[in-house]
Order: sequence, then C-alpha cells, then structure tokens
Amino acid sequence: MLQASPRVALFVTCLVDLHRPTVGFAAIRLLEQAGCQVEVPRAQTCCGQPAYNSGDREIARDLGRSILEAFGGYDYVVVPSGSCGGMLRHHLPTLFDDDPNLRARAEALAERTHELVSFLTDVMGLERVAGAASGSVTYHDSCSGLRELGVKAQPRRLLEGLGLTIKEMADPEVCCGFGGTFCVKYPEISTRMVADKTADITASGAETLLAGDLGCLLNMAGRLKREGSAVKVRHVAEVLAGMTGAVPPIGEAG
Amino acid sequence: MFSTSPAFKENAHKAIADVGLQKALTRTKPHFQGRRAKAVEGLPEFERLRDIGRDIKNHTLANLDFYLETWAGNVERAGGQVHWCATADDARAAVLAICERVGAKTVTKGKSMISEELAINEHLEQHGITPVETDLGEYILQLRREPPSHIIAPAFHLNREDWEESFRRAHTDLAPDRVFRERRDILTEARAKLRARFLAADVGITGANFLIAETGSSVIVTNEGNGDLTQTLPRVHIVLASIEKMVPTLEDATNMLRLLARSATGQDFSVYTTFSTGVRREGDLDGPEEYHVILLDNGRSAMLGTEFQDMLRCIRCAACMNHCPVYGVVGGHAYGWVYPGPMGAVLTPTLIGVDQAGNLPNASTFCGKCESVCPVKIPLPKMMRHWREREFERHLTPSAVRTNLALWGFFARRPGLYRFATRIGAGVLGWLGRKRGRLSRLPFAGGWTAGRDLPTPEGKTFFARYASEQRRQRGAS
Ligand code: SF4
Repeated sequence: MLQASPRVALFVTCLVDLHRPTVGFAAIRLLEQAGCQVEVPRAQTCCGQPAYNSGDREIARDLGRSILEAFGGYDYVVVPSGSCGGMLRHHLPTLFDDDPNLRARAEALAERTHELVSFLTDVMGLERVAGAASGSVTYHDSCSGLRELGVKAQPRRLLEGLGLTIKEMADPEVCCGFGGTFCVKYPEISTRMVADKTADITASGAETLLAGDLGCLLNMAGRLKREGSAVKVRHVAEVLAGMTGAVPPIGEAG
Repeated sequence: MFSTSPAFKENAHKAIADVGLQKALTRTKPHFQGRRAKAVEGLPEFERLRDIGRDIKNHTLANLDFYLETWAGNVERAGGQVHWCATADDARAAVLAICERVGAKTVTKGKSMISEELAINEHLEQHGITPVETDLGEYILQLRREPPSHIIAPAFHLNREDWEESFRRAHTDLAPDRVFRERRDILTEARAKLRARFLAADVGITGANFLIAETGSSVIVTNEGNGDLTQTLPRVHIVLASIEKMVPTLEDATNMLRLLARSATGQDFSVYTTFSTGVRREGDLDGPEEYHVILLDNGRSAMLGTEFQDMLRCIRCAACMNHCPVYGVVGGHAYGWVYPGPMGAVLTPTLIGVDQAGNLPNASTFCGKCESVCPVKIPLPKMMRHWREREFERHLTPSAVRTNLALWGFFARRPGLYRFATRIGAGVLGWLGRKRGRLSRLPFAGGWTAGRDLPTPEGKTFFARYASEQRRQRGAS
C-alpha cells in the first residue's frame, strides 16, 4: 500500500551537488508537490560509479557501505539521474556478493530506489505536474535510465501535460558519448559520438534539449555551445518543477 | 593473427580521419539496425526466443564435456575425424598435416572467424599451399591482403569504388568498359573467377555456426552458397570450430538459427543453411571422402566457471557491433585483432591477454545497447567491467588514472572534507565561467575541451545552498 505521505530521501548525486544545485531543489519541489516528505541525508557524496566502472571495487564498496548507512531508514530513495539510479538499483548489491548481510541490505535499498521522473509517475501515480509551459523540446533518453530503469514514456507524458511540444530526434536512444570517465579517456571517440548526437538534436528543430542525467547534458550542452547552437539545454526536473527562471540553461550565462 | 590492440587509441584516431571508412560506416549502420528491428517486430515471440537461446547455451556449457564427447562419438560413427586442439598452434599443425597428407595444392575456404584466429592462410602459404577465399567479402580482402573488419560482413569497411579498384588491379583480363555498379556485377565477376578454383581445390575449409551433439553434424549458414561448393566439391572437408559452437539437438540448432539470422541480417532465415554429417556414404550424390573437424579450445575452456563463462554463449551474429556507437565511429580494424565491437572487447582479452587488449573493454560508455540486442542476452557491459577489475587488480590501469581515483576516493569517503573541497571547486569554476556559463579551455581538461565547451557550475554547491536554506527556515520558524 502506498503511504499517504512517504518519507523520501533525495540522493542528490555528485554532479548535481557540484554543478547544478537547482536540479536538486527542483527534485525536492516535485516530490513535495507529489505529497512526499523529503529529506536530504547529509552523509552522501557519490554513488561510486567512477570507481566501480574503473574496476576499483574497494572504493566502490566503501561508498556503497556509507550509502547503506545514510539511506537505510526511508520509504524511498529518489535520484535525479538514471545513471546513479541504475547504480543503486542494479549494481550496488553485486558489490556485496561475498557478504550476505550487506547484500540483503543493499537489495532492500535497491528495491526502494527510483529515478525521479519515473518515481513521480510510476510510484506516486502522478499524471500531471503543476504549471504550464510552451515551446518545443526534444528528449534524449540517457542510456542507464532507458535500459536499466525503463524511463522512456514517463518524462514525455509529463512534459506534454505541461503543454510542451515534443519534437523527437531520429534516434533519441543512441548514446551521447559521455560515459563517465570514457569522455576523458577516449576524448576523440567521445567527441565524434556527441557530434553525431548534436546533429540529430539540431535536425529535430526543437528549441530546448532535455534529459534526466546531468552528465549527458553537460556533454551535449558543451558540444552544442561549441558549435554555436542556440538550442537551450536543461535537466528535465527544472522544467517539470517550473524552475527555468531560477537558473540559465546549461552552458549559458544568466 | 598479429594484434594492434595495444594501439587502439591511435587506430581509432586514424579511423576517425579515414574518409572512406566513415562513408562506409555511415552507409552500412542504419541498414543493419533497420533490418534487425523489422525482423524482430515481425516475430512477436522474439523475446521468448532469446530466453530459449540463452537457456540452450547455458545448459550446453554446464554440460559441455558430455556434449563434446557425445558429438565426437557421432562424428566418428559417421566416418569423420575430430582433432582436439588445445592451442592455435595445434590447430594450424593439424590443418597442415591433413593438407600435406592428401597432397593439396589449393584449398578453398568459406568464411570462418576461427581461420582468422589461427591465421591459417598465412600458415598454408608458408608451406606452399594456396588458400582461396570463396566468400565474396573475404575474397576481396584476400586480394587486398586486409583482415576482416566485421564478423559477418568482413568487407564492411569498403565502398563500391574500393571493390572496383581491387578487381581491376587483380583481374587483369577485365575489359576497361566493364561496369561495376551493383553488388550483382561484383558477384558475377567473382563467381567467374572462383568457378575454376572450386573445381581445382583438393581441400575445402569451412567454419561452423553450430555443432550438433545428437547427430555429430556441423552447420554453416551463408547467403551466397559458396560454403556449399567449398565443402562438397573437394575430396576433403575440414571444419574449423571452437568448443562453444555446441548445441545438444537438431531442434536446438533450429531455434538458434532463427535467432541468428534475425539478429545478424534481419532475415527470417539465411539463404543457405547446410548441415554436414560425416563422409559421403554409398549412394550419396555428393559429399567429401574425408570429413575432419578441427576442434579448437584456445583459452575458451578456461573461461568456464569464471565470470566470463556467459561470453561462451555468443553465436557470432554481430548484432552487438552493428548497434555499438563506438564501433559505429571507429569501425572494426581499430580493435586490432580478430573480434571487434562489444563481443571482441570481452573475448579478445581472454584470447590474447588483457595486457594486450586492455583498451578494448575500457573503450565503452556502458550504454548497454549491445546487451539489449544480443540474441543470447550476454551481459557484455558487465563483463567489460570485469576486465577493468582484473586490470585494476593486476595494476595494469594507467598510473595517472589510479592516482586520480585514489585522490577522489579519499575525499568521497569523507563527506565533511568532500563538502569543503567541492565548495571551493564549484566556486572557482563558477567564477571562471561567470560571463559565458562555459569555458572553451581548461588546464588538465584538454580531452573534454578539444571538441566541446565545458559548461561551468552555478557556483555554490547544492549542500551549501541547502544548509543555508535550512538555517533560514529554522530562523523563520
Ligand atoms: S555477443 Fe551477442 S550480439 Fe554480439 S555477436 Fe555474440 S551473440 Fe551476437
């Protein structure tokens, strides 16, 4: 049974903390509007992917253990990122394969962890968010959100509910080339991938590019701005929470 | 085959600058992806078939010793011979011994990735035997002395102009006004040249898509029919196969074939599917006098029981590379050895060592597209990550990466200190970008800023703002 007012812990993610706090505040607003009691555990830093994906299980496990500590007592853990959400939901438990106790705790946490937008629609049953907006947007399906968490229709539904027109790319599901440390380890390949992506974004004719993952957004915004594109880039939560006035688009000055 | 995998980055650099290659990649990619998507759409039970395929392979791998023995017994009952080869050297020696014993001068060959793994052409040539590739793609690569760049479309990287140029150079009897406009023109010319070679060959070598335990058969699929001529015309048929090609029954093979054709080329079934069982019996219209299977291990059995076992389910359909955005940018040759793309990124380190091929499992964004199209649901990204873990354990990860990770790990494990450091970092970057909201250059971030700007942070971290907001709220209440 869905509790009337579930206690939700926000996993801010290291990129939002460092780079774009407004996304965190947008997440809080959306969750509260949906009737959640939101708390932000202080003892959080990063989900551990940089270590986990570089083969350093020790750091990843250490970070995993502190996540289990900090996020243990809530009804849900919500993450404004498909990538970090996927890490907590699918990968965290595998870090504790040799420790049944921690593994069980990690599995319990994984089950209660959700990506922000899909949490609002699939768990809280939200059909619409408050407010209205106009203009055209194109939505990039970030890889982990799409393939690990099944985020695809949910953000589009809410965006259309606000009155926005969605102009799809030819291939919104293809990777933008960010890939965490990939973009600095293989910058040439990454740049080619993001250039293919921005060509698709431009061809869509949309005024604004949205996605649910800040890493991908920084990558695509960085490339669009380098190309001199006028397409505005934002995290989907900013738009859904009606907070586009609070901060200029990514890669632009206020 | 000689490996250039350690030079993956340089290879990728050249590939990105190669206009012809980029043209070929742009042309071919949507073709493969579109056809697979259509085929999958046309078969509602495709998802279930994937589970069946995975389960067949898992069951076979769990009982591989039993099925290998059953299969070998059946091969021998049908008059064939099995050559158990632990290494590539053993396999080369076995092939050569057969060819020399029957006095072979020319050997026709169907497409086989194992033959690339063995570099069998070079080996035969060194011993005075002429190998003739009969698959159209392989044929042109032999003319050009290039390795394949794709596991089912070996000449994936070539454009029509390249074909024409190679033919005109090698087939000196060609009339200057002869046109090569379509694939059919190319095929006709190759067929004319190959016909005489088929008839003259003493030995035919093919690969195997599957080995069937219950009948002792080998199965190949082609779209050109060259495989049939390769294996039925010469006196001797040699099959090159690795141990993981095994399936228990004919029915299992049929299920796998349905998956294979759709995943590979988007066909319901390949044009030619040929089952070979032993030697020609009395009354048979065709078939070889000798039937040999070179059964290659070459490091595969060592994957059983490890975190890499799932990789042995691979049926070499190439869907993973056809859908891989990294392969789509660099093509197959950049990977530097026989197997490119995601499946190569997992398999190559097993076969030639992670010290040689460490770049391959690292050059992935873990976008997961490969796993989502793999007909036998191999968790390719997970296995690439396992290779990164092995590298890390063995201290093969570059020292700069290790140092950065350790430094970052030190802070990330200490939230208080981390808050402090990020507050400074975000503040400095935010200040640097205050005019434009982005930077075009930043020391130590050259990789990022070579091809894109770096959007700068808002300035204050989330936690700094959140803390002051909480204070304000407490003050107000
Ligand atoms: S890994 Fe999967 S998708 Fe790739 S070639 Fe093998 S079977 Fe096909």
